[in-house]
Amino acid sequence: MSLIGSFALLLALALAAYSFLAGLFALFQRDAMGARIAETARRAGIAAFVAVLLAAVVLVTSAFHDDFSIAYIQQHSNRDLPAAYKFAVLWSGQEGSLLFWSLLLSGYGFVLRLRYKTDQRLFAYASVVIAAVQVFFLLILNVAAKPFSLVQGMVPPDGNGLYPLLQYPEMVIHPPMLYLGYVGFTVPFAFALGALIMKYPGEKWINITRRWTMVTWCFLTIGVFLGAHWAYAVLGWGGYWGWDPVENASLMPWLTGTAFLHSVMMQEKRGMLKVWNMLLIFATFLLSMLGTFLTRSGVISSVHAFAQSSIGSWFLVFIALTVAVCAYFLAANISHLKSEHKLESLVSRESSFLFNNLLLLVVCFTILWGTFFPILSEWVQGHKVTVGPPFFNRVAVPVALLLLLLTAVGPLLAWRKTSVESLKRNFLFPLIGSIAIGGMMIVFGVRPWQDPSFFYATMAGVLSALVIFTIVSEFVRGGRVIAGKSGQSLPAAMIHLCHRNTRRYGGYIVHFGVALVVIGILGTPFNKEVEKEMGFGDKVSLGPYTFVCQSYTMEDNPNYGNEWAIINVFRGGKQVTTMYPERRFYKSSQQPQTIPRIYPSFREDFLLVTDVYLVYEGRNEETGRPIIKAHLNPMVPWIWTGLIIMVFGTIIALVPNAVPVRVTATVPVQEPAHVGAGD
Amino acid sequence: MKPLRPTLRRSLHMTIVCAAVFLFMGAGDDARFNSIGHRMMCVCSCSQVLLECNHVGCTYSDKMRNQLLAALDKGDNDDLILQGFVQDYGPTVIAAPTATGFNRVAWIMPFVALAFGITFVIYVVRSWKNKPTPALAGGIVIPTGGELDTLRERARKETDQ
Repeated sequence: MSLIGSFALLLALALAAYSFLAGLFALFQRDAMGARIAETARRAGIAAFVAVLLAAVVLVTSAFHDDFSIAYIQQHSNRDLPAAYKFAVLWSGQEGSLLFWSLLLSGYGFVLRLRYKTDQRLFAYASVVIAAVQVFFLLILNVAAKPFSLVQGMVPPDGNGLYPLLQYPEMVIHPPMLYLGYVGFTVPFAFALGALIMKYPGEKWINITRRWTMVTWCFLTIGVFLGAHWAYAVLGWGGYWGWDPVENASLMPWLTGTAFLHSVMMQEKRGMLKVWNMLLIFATFLLSMLGTFLTRSGVISSVHAFAQSSIGSWFLVFIALTVAVCAYFLAANISHLKSEHKLESLVSRESSFLFNNLLLLVVCFTILWGTFFPILSEWVQGHKVTVGPPFFNRVAVPVALLLLLLTAVGPLLAWRKTSVESLKRNFLFPLIGSIAIGGMMIVFGVRPWQDPSFFYATMAGVLSALVIFTIVSEFVRGGRVIAGKSGQSLPAAMIHLCHRNTRRYGGYIVHFGVALVVIGILGTPFNKEVEKEMGFGDKVSLGPYTFVCQSYTMEDNPNYGNEWAIINVFRGGKQVTTMYPERRFYKSSQQPQTIPRIYPSFREDFLLVTDVYLVYEGRNEETGRPIIKAHLNPMVPWIWTGLIIMVFGTIIALVPNAVPVRVTATVPVQEPAHVGAGD
Repeated sequence: MKPLRPTLRRSLHMTIVCAAVFLFMGAGDDARFNSIGHRMMCVCSCSQVLLECNHVGCTYSDKMRNQLLAALDKGDNDDLILQGFVQDYGPTVIAAPTATGFNRVAWIMPFVALAFGITFVIYVVRSWKNKPTPALAGGIVIPTGGELDTLRERARKETDQ
């Protein structure tokens, strides 16, 4: 099996290299022969996908067949690993995840090369850029991180097993989503670089890549949030975002990608920001690579330590080369990107996009700066410092709040110029509503003057409400106009409105999701927790809840042994649920793992929903009594609800606009008048 | 100025005292423990804030929490407590760079970037706004000011329908 896999990877490298070199040659050979060579390059790119797919299939099959002669399978799988996790072995280690990255990249390349007829010349350039990136990854797979290396000496009877933290259903989805996002940005990057090199006229490359970028952005969003949810549901510390360098690495391309999605609208509508958009998509691609570099190199200490090795230097060289190539072509062809920048008013959609881009980039810079500051500190001061959550919360949160303000204000500003009357008309109701929300928060006990975190929570509440109210008022205003004209009900008219301009209203829905996510985050300062040793019948109270330990039970399966606590949860004297926090001990890796249980109180609280979060932490070594930790995390479920809405909004934005219906009206033809001779 | 009536004055005092108690209650040792505990990292290499390290059997977090409680009981101020931890566990125990020496740069740079960015965007927007409108061939005059606003409002009404 390993021979087939190794051969497939070698073949894939040869095909990708041919696709790159022949494609490059054909770009300069503009005759019939050049066209023929270009076609062979395109087909080689397609064949490279088949070869990489074969290698991936071989690796997964080896995991299912418990082929521990392959070192990677021996290190990341074991005989009793459930089938879903055997599939996840593909991306659970260094070599496998690079193979998976290669597979996705080849898959994107495959689709791109099949759709080449849209614009053969531009697609040929993009295909060459993608082939170059493919060559890089396949070189690593064939030289530095071989997934099919064989075990030295005797083949062990069983494997080490999958890292326990990864044995969770979300881990089967989170990495593919994140990788689809990271890798996907290669496509708009390839088109942008191709368009720059060939001095492609007009904005067509943006139209071609718009859907790619949105889909990629959506995957990255899902990946980032699934990662946060995994941290919340598995790590057992009651939080979902720890500002770990690898978490930061996933957020940075998301931020620049979001900026790009906004600023391309300026290029499409007004032909502005051509250089800026190039820079943004270059930065997004490079930050995706940087994320991989951070995960692989171990240059910065992170909890994501399960995939570290020395291949970081490969990525560093690749990033440096990419920067050099991008900088060269940008400098050489910048005159091609000149555009007529003319603004009529400071209060316009254009200005809001500029400030939106600025704030997104400042947040991105802050995260990049904070992530790399420990290295800088070591160079300058001779010792590392920690840049942890207090830094990011204090520095990035205020800028993020400004961004939220712009999310509320920006969409209601008109292109070119917004009149004062229009501002008043659009903002009066949302402003009053959001101020009322702020007042209610103070009435219900949030004291913004007591603590900076309470101040930020209040501001986040007010601004999220402003975002939601402005979106609702936009939908209602547009819906009313359509309802007035067509006689439809208001909800039907709003759906019709959405269908008429899916991109605009899909975008509003995404903003609504973002506001919900912020509402979910603002509950953090009000988290509560308690930890107690609990025997049978012991009680512990936290907020309005009382937890009563009913029993403990143990189970055993071939993969792990586990112990469950059975905790009855009461509120106001009434039992609301029973929870089963669990602690596992994985046999092959000899590692313990907590599995917290979470109960969102939608039934009891609805809008002010709280997560009841129980962790069975283990037994006190001295007394032997089990330790239970309970958290109350207000509003957290809104974060995951917000994600669903963001994804829904993106899907809406991807749907083509409704084409105006052509109705053939029958006009009665009048009898031609008979003209008599005497008339 | 007319003096306040004693009942009114007493009520006012009561209100101020109640408000002060209400505002500042809970700022005792628990709050300090929570605040300082969130300004330090657990050194067991879990990369988590001290009070959020949840590893049962972690050889550091319990010891560090007890050390923090002892320092609070002794009446040490926040800086002294943090200094003690730095001496025992090294500078990486502090969860964020201190506002001293080169570490200040960590705090300043994001705001410098923000200030620079805002200045740049304002400059760009102003320069684009002040650009003269290009003349069109054929003597076509582009409407400006009130005339343009009227046309724009009309277009908006018509496209809304």
